[in-house]
Amino acid sequence: MRYSALSVFLNGLRGNSGWAPAWRQPQPKPHYDVIIVGGGGHGLSTAYYLAKTFGITNVAVLEKGYLGSGNIGRNTTIIRSNYLLPGNNPFYELSMKLWEGLEQDFNFNAMVSQRGVLNLFHSDAQRDAYTRRGNAMRLHGVDAELLDRQAVQAKLPFLDFNNARFPIMGGLLQPRGGTVRHDAVAWGYARGADSHGVDIITHCEVTGIRREEGRVVGVETTKGFIGCGKLALAAAGNSTVVADMAGLRLPIESHVLQAFVSEGLKPFIDCVVTFGAGHFYVSQSDKGGLVFGGDIDGYNSYAQRGNLATVEHVAEAGVAMIPSLTRVRYLRTWGGIMDMSMDGSPIIDRTHIDNLYLNAGWCYGGFKATPASGYCYAHLIARNEPHETARQMRLDRFQRGYQMDEKGVGAQPNLH
Amino acid sequence: MASLITCPHCGQRPKEEFTIKGDASLTRPAPDAGPDVWYDYVYLRSNPKGLHKEYWHHSSGCRRWLIVERDTVTHKVHSVTDAALTKLGGAA
Repeated sequence: MRYSALSVFLNGLRGNSGWAPAWRQPQPKPHYDVIIVGGGGHGLSTAYYLAKTFGITNVAVLEKGYLGSGNIGRNTTIIRSNYLLPGNNPFYELSMKLWEGLEQDFNFNAMVSQRGVLNLFHSDAQRDAYTRRGNAMRLHGVDAELLDRQAVQAKLPFLDFNNARFPIMGGLLQPRGGTVRHDAVAWGYARGADSHGVDIITHCEVTGIRREEGRVVGVETTKGFIGCGKLALAAAGNSTVVADMAGLRLPIESHVLQAFVSEGLKPFIDCVVTFGAGHFYVSQSDKGGLVFGGDIDGYNSYAQRGNLATVEHVAEAGVAMIPSLTRVRYLRTWGGIMDMSMDGSPIIDRTHIDNLYLNAGWCYGGFKATPASGYCYAHLIARNEPHETARQMRLDRFQRGYQMDEKGVGAQPNLH
Repeated sequence: MASLITCPHCGQRPKEEFTIKGDASLTRPAPDAGPDVWYDYVYLRSNPKGLHKEYWHHSSGCRRWLIVERDTVTHKVHSVTDAALTKLGGAA
């Protein structure tokens, strides 16, 4: 069923009795051309582009929980392409372009809102670094504007401009950045993939990878053995667990990242704004709640819940940037498991096993990358060669000395 | 995460006194061990779902390096020993 204003109107007249489920609940077939492990944003978008763009429709997505139960529903919904490095920037800009046409493409309201992403700077050195990044973005054809203090003040007058230690000197704005309704991204891709014949099988956990003569021939699951021609991993925080089943050691640690939402407030922040003197980023949802986050807790975890010390730290950073937050109350907090790579950049690559593919290491940049990650991964699986924009996201870059260290901080996941 | 860590030198202390370094199962190779061994040491991680041994520094306490064995799913702490004493094979 195609969604449109007319279909909403007509179904309203019929008491909304005419809606069909957005995707099927199929039982697994004995064999698929491609099996994707992980029914989150990246797995579902990979299935969608495999079927729609690359014409491979005999595909299954296996998800151990319910659809979109991982990080696609646990992030702070921010999209942006304000990256510095040549290996990252064109990829995230591809993602931004896909976001811009996404709702029309998969016929689902994902509430894509290009309200702008503003990174504040607080010192001369930071202004120089942001200028450099802004210039790199513009050279790659990405929009970037350097705002001085007055321009930021006109936009967000409630920030603490005269903070004794971290005065706000200006900001780097990407006007095309913004937010997207995160769950709707999972639902839209699931519905789109399903309509092209992809089987989305939820509550089906992969428990083993079966190999014959080196090649992967299928997966053992809680719903029995399922054969496959190619196996594509997109398991985010559980990447190590799945890769272990194929004897593949990864340059990844799983860490918990928390996100937060406040009680509903009247509209006062109309963009995404990030603190330059600590790790804090905030936007306001359409319901009025402030959606914000900070750093990872800093220890290995598979628990999807974090620590109060980090909750306090994030609140302190927020209040340092917006003093009026002192009286705002937290409504909810939650945690997601990040697949932290050792250089802070992702991996979309083949593995040493011919028909086993890997999509992992998104750290906490996975949400904004959802469309491009799926598109490039589908390209890799279908054609067995990397997409132009993802060709530096190789698994062997650590061994060969070609890390993509966007922040320039070294090989420690808790630094990224 | 447990909010109290039992330091072998200081007794029960709040977790916030400690700084986490990470995986304690790694052994630094010899300088001439070759790129593959060094690659493994610097970049590859077991990243277990379950028991995990980690280096923790009691940075706001006795400033000793400790090895904390912790469950990465339940966050329960199973054992805390002094890193130097453990690595030297002494009483931890």
